[in-house]
Amino acid sequence: MTSPETGAQASADAEVLRLDGITKRFGEVTANEDVSLTLRAGEIVALLGENGAGKTTLMNILFGHYAADAGEVRVMGRRLPPGQPRAAIEAGVGMVHQHFTLADALTVQENVTLGTRPWWRPGGRAAARARIEDLARDYGLQVDPDAAIADLTVGQRQRVEILKALYGDARVLILDEPTAVLTPQEARALFDTLRRATARGLAVILISHKLHEVMATADRIVVLRHGRVVGERATAATDPADLARLMVGADIAEPKAMPAEPGEVLLRLDAVSTPPGATQGAALDRASLDLRAGQIKGIAGVSGNGQSALAGLLEGLIRPASGTLTLGNAAPADWSPRIAVAAGIGRIPEDRHHTGTIADFTLTENAILETYRDAPFARGPLIDWSAARAHAEDLIEANDVRCPGPDAAIRLLSGGNMQKLILARALHGAPRIILANQPVRGLDIGAVTYLQSRLLAARDAGAAILLISEDLDEILALSDVIHTIHAGRLSPPVPRERAEVEALGLAMAGGGADAA
Amino acid sequence: MRLEAIARPGPARTFGPPLIALGATLGVGMALALIAGAAPLAVFGQIVTGAVGSRFALLETLNRATPLIFTGLAVAVAFRAKLWNIGAEAQLYAGALMTVVLGTGALGWPAWALLPTLALASMLAGALCLVWAAWAKLRLGVDEVVTTLLFNFVMLLFVSMLLEGPLKDPMGMGWPKSERLVAEARLPRIAEGLRLHWGFALAVISAGLVWLVQSRTTWGFEMRAVGAGLPAARFAGMPVNATILRVALLSGGLAALAGFSEVSGAKGSLTLDLSPGYGYTGIIVAMLALLHPLGVVIAALFVAGVFVGADAMSRTAGVPSYVADILLATALLTMVLALLFTRFRVRRE
Amino acid sequence: MTELFEILLSASFWAAVLRIASPLILATMGELICERAGVLNLGIEGIMVAGAFAGWIAAYAGLPLWPAVVVAFLTGAGFGLIHGALTVPFGLSQHVVGLGITLLATSATYFAYRVALPEVSSPPRIEPFQPLDLPGALAQTPLTYAAFAIAGLTALVLYRTPLGLSLRAVGENPAAVEAQGGNVTALRMGAVIAGSGLMAVGGAFLTLSAFNSFFFEMVNGRGWICIALVVFGAWRPGKAVLGALLFAAFDALQIRLQQTDLGAVLPYQVFLMTPYILSILALVAMSRSARVPAALMVPYRKGTR
Repeated sequence: MTSPETGAQASADAEVLRLDGITKRFGEVTANEDVSLTLRAGEIVALLGENGAGKTTLMNILFGHYAADAGEVRVMGRRLPPGQPRAAIEAGVGMVHQHFTLADALTVQENVTLGTRPWWRPGGRAAARARIEDLARDYGLQVDPDAAIADLTVGQRQRVEILKALYGDARVLILDEPTAVLTPQEARALFDTLRRATARGLAVILISHKLHEVMATADRIVVLRHGRVVGERATAATDPADLARLMVGADIAEPKAMPAEPGEVLLRLDAVSTPPGATQGAALDRASLDLRAGQIKGIAGVSGNGQSALAGLLEGLIRPASGTLTLGNAAPADWSPRIAVAAGIGRIPEDRHHTGTIADFTLTENAILETYRDAPFARGPLIDWSAARAHAEDLIEANDVRCPGPDAAIRLLSGGNMQKLILARALHGAPRIILANQPVRGLDIGAVTYLQSRLLAARDAGAAILLISEDLDEILALSDVIHTIHAGRLSPPVPRERAEVEALGLAMAGGGADAA
Repeated sequence: MRLEAIARPGPARTFGPPLIALGATLGVGMALALIAGAAPLAVFGQIVTGAVGSRFALLETLNRATPLIFTGLAVAVAFRAKLWNIGAEAQLYAGALMTVVLGTGALGWPAWALLPTLALASMLAGALCLVWAAWAKLRLGVDEVVTTLLFNFVMLLFVSMLLEGPLKDPMGMGWPKSERLVAEARLPRIAEGLRLHWGFALAVISAGLVWLVQSRTTWGFEMRAVGAGLPAARFAGMPVNATILRVALLSGGLAALAGFSEVSGAKGSLTLDLSPGYGYTGIIVAMLALLHPLGVVIAALFVAGVFVGADAMSRTAGVPSYVADILLATALLTMVLALLFTRFRVRRE
Repeated sequence: MTELFEILLSASFWAAVLRIASPLILATMGELICERAGVLNLGIEGIMVAGAFAGWIAAYAGLPLWPAVVVAFLTGAGFGLIHGALTVPFGLSQHVVGLGITLLATSATYFAYRVALPEVSSPPRIEPFQPLDLPGALAQTPLTYAAFAIAGLTALVLYRTPLGLSLRAVGENPAAVEAQGGNVTALRMGAVIAGSGLMAVGGAFLTLSAFNSFFFEMVNGRGWICIALVVFGAWRPGKAVLGALLFAAFDALQIRLQQTDLGAVLPYQVFLMTPYILSILALVAMSRSARVPAALMVPYRKGTR
C-alpha cells in the first residue's frame, strides 16, 4: 500500500479508499446492503441514485456518523474504526454535507478551524488565517475569513464547507448533492474547483441524482438502488438513458405536461414589497406577477432570494409592505392565512415537518388543521371528531396515503405519505389558486410522480399554480411560464418554450437583464 | 448511542420503564430512610398509613390535594401550549388576596351571590398575574420562565406588605394575618361532619371541564396545536397570539382558584404561609400527569398523599419530612426518562 | 438627595456592591457556560442551595475553606451530571429536568441538614473567609477576587481557545461540531457539569464568605436572577458581570435607603421587591436585542437532521 506521504504524481493510480461489503439497517429498513466501492487518487466518482437509494447513509458511514452493521471502510489501506468522525477526518476524509454544517453566528475562520486544534492549545490564529488564504487562492474559493456565515450567500457557504475539508488535509472529498442549491454558473465554478483538487491528487465522490451533471463531471459512475450497487460504468461508456434505467429500475413515465390554455388572471401582484426580516432570506422588492387559470408559473432561484417571502405572501403569513395584491378583481381588505384559505388558495408549504403538519398530532387532526372552524367539523364551539375522522379517511383513501390509520400520529409516516396528506388537504375543495413551495424535495420517485401529476391535473382543471423550486429541472419540466428570483426581485416572465438554461442561470445569479 | 423510535410498542415497552422508575424512586426512599437511621420498610408503611390509613388521614390527603389539583391544572394547561408558567405560586396568592379583599365584609351579599363572585374575581386577579408575562413573550420576546418565576417573589412581598399594612387584622395580636372571611364567603363542607369542603369538588369539576375544553372544542384544539407545532398552527390560520393569551388567562385563573379555595374553604383567612409551595408542586403534579387534566387529579392525590404521609411518618419515625420532596423530584426525573423509553430504544453505534 | 450622594460616595457601599455581586457573578458564569453550549439549566436555584450547604458543612466538619469550596464545586458538578445526562444524550425537556433538579437539590439539602444536625435550633457558625487587608472597597475576601478571576477566565476560554470555540459552536449548531469530528455530547455534558459546579461555588460564597452559617431560604431566588442576568448580558461574560454589578448596586442601595427617611415612609417590602422588579424590567428591555445561542434548548440527537 502507498503511504500518504507519496506525492500526487506517484499515487495517481493508487487506491485511496475502499468500502467493503457495507450493510446498514435502521429498524426494519435496510439502507445499505453489501455495498462495495473503490476510489483512486485523482478521480471523480459519482454515486448516482434516487432519493432514498441509500447514498447519503453510505457516505455517513464512510464519514463515521453511523457505524455499519457489517463491512469495513479502508482509507489509504488502513481500516477506519466505525462510528468515529474524528478518525475519518484524521485519515483524510472530508465531507460537504447537503445541509451545511456551519454555525451562522461564527466567522468563516472560526468555522474552518473548529475542532482542528487540541482544545488546550490557544493561539495559532495568524497561521490559520494565512493557511485559509493560501487554500482559497489555490483552489479558487474566494471568501473573507472574518465574515460571519450568516452574511454569506449559499454559494459562498459551500466554499467554506470545502475549505473546511481542505483545511483538514482531506485526501478524499465527499460532496452530497452539491449543486442542489447553486445556479448553473456557480455549479460550473464548483466543478472547476473540483478539477483543481483532483489535479492535486485528491479523490472526489460526488453524490447526485442528476444525470446530466454526473455525465459532465465524473470519471466513473456507481449506481445505487434500494441500498444496493446495481451497476458501475465508466462515463465514456454509458449514456443518460442507460443510467436512468439502472437508477429507477423500470422505465417510469414522467408526467408529461400538455400545452396550457391559460385563462383569466386569478391573482396579481403589482410591485409588491414585503417587510424585511419577516422571513429568512431576502424580502420581496417590487415584485409583479400574474397567476392565470390553467397555468403553472415556475419561480426559479437560489434559496434565500425571496422565495420564502413570496410564498409567505400567498400563504397569508405576510402582508405587502407596499404594492397591491389583487385576488380576482379586488384587493382583499385584510390578509391572513385564514383569509387566504377562504379565498380559495390551496397551500403546500416548504417545510412539511414543521409548517405543513404537527408531528405528534394524528392524521385526523392534521387533516382539519385549516378547516376545524368550518362545517361540518365545527358545531358552535365544539368539534365533531367523527366527521373529522371520516374526512381524514376519505383523504387517505383517495390519495393512497400509506399509514396505520387516521388515528396514528403523522410523525410515523414517510415524507412522501406526509406530503400526500398535505397535498390532499390543500387540494380539497378544488382551490382556484395553488401555491406549491418545493413540493417534491427529498421525496422518492413514486411520490414525486404522483404529486407532479396531481398538480398538472389541477392545472388542466383550471387552477392557477405558483410553483417554487430550487431545482431548475423541476421548474423546466412543469412550468408553463418561468420567472427567476434574485435578491427579492422577480425577472420578467419567460414562456417555457423560449427558456434557456444558460440565461435562467445568469438571472438566478443576479446577472440577467433586469427589465423590471 | 442513538435513540430509535419504536413504531408499535408492546405492553412490556409501555409499562416496563414506568415501573422501573417507580422502583427506582422507592429505592431512593429506602436509601434515605437508612441514611436517617430508620427501618426502610417501616418508614414506607408509616407513609402509606399516614396518607390513607384512617378516615382522618384520607380526608387530610383530599384536602391537601385540592389546591394541587388547581395548580396542577394551571401548569398542565399552560405547558400543553408551551407557555412556561412557573408563576402559579404568585397567581395563587393573587386569588387568595382577592378573596380576602372582597370577602371580609366589603360585599354584604348572600353566599349564593358572594361565592361565585369571589371565585371569578380571584380568577381575574390570577389571570392578570400571568397575562402580562404572556404578552411580553409575544410582543417583546421576553422569556416567561424567568419573568413568572421572579414575579413569585414580588407577589409574596406584596402580600406581606398588605398583611402588615391595610389588610392586617387588628385582632391578630401583631401577627401578619388578614381578618377572617364573613360566613357567607366561606365554602361549605361537602357533608355535615365531613372535614372536606366544596373546594375539592370544584377542583375535580374543573379538571373535567378543562379536559372537555381541550379535547372537544375549537379553542382547545388551538391550544394544543399551538403547543405541539407553533409554525404549523400559524400556517394553518390559527389565531396564535389570541390562543396563547387565552391559555394565560385560563392558567392564571385556575391557579388563583387554589388560593380562593384555600382561603374560603380551608383557612378562612390569609397568612404568608397559606401555600407551602403549591404553585411549584403543581409543576410536579402536571408533569406526573403527563399534562392530562384528568391525570392531574390522580397525580395531585398521589402527591398530596406522599406529603401527608411523610409528615405523619416524620413525627413518629424521625426521618425528616423533606423525604417527600426528594421522592417526588426523583419520581419526576425518573418518570420523564422512563416515558422516553416507552417510545424509543437506545442503540449503540 | 444628599443622603443618596453620601451613600454612593461611601467605601462601605462599594464594598457591599462587590460582596453582593460575587455569588451572582459565579453562578451567572455557570449558567452562561451551560447556555452557550445550548443547555438551559433551571437547576441553578437548587444547585446554589446545595453548594451553600455542602461548602458550609465541609468547613464545619473541619475542612479548610478552600477544600470546602472544592467540595461545593463537586456537589454542584454532581447535580450537573444528572442534569446533563438527562438533557444531553436523552434530550429530555430542559425546563422539566431543570425544575426537577432544583427541587431535588433543595430538598436533598434540607434533608441532609436535618439528618446531619437533628437537634440544633440555630445553625452553628464557622470561621469564614476574611477580607484581605486592602484599603476601602478593595477589602474583600479571596473568594470575591476568585469570582472576578473566574469571570475573566470564562471570557478568555470562550473567545480565545479552541475549547471555547467548540463550546460556542455547539450552542450555535451542534452539527457543525460533529462534522468536524467533535463530540457534541461530551462538550455539552462538560459545560453543564462545570457550569453547575460554578453555580454551587456561588452558593457556597454565601455560607463561606458573605455569612458564616447556613439558613434555609438563604439563596432566595438568586439563581433565577442569575438566569435573568445571562439574558441581560446577552450571553457575554463581560456584560453579564456588568449586569451583576449593576444589580448588586441597586440591592446595596435599597438596603441603605431603608435606613433613611424614605424607609420611614415606604414599607420595607417595597425595597425588597425592587431587585426582582428591576430584573424583570431588565429582561423586558434587553430581550429584543439579545442574540440567543441558536441551539439553546434544542436537544441534539446524533446524525439526525
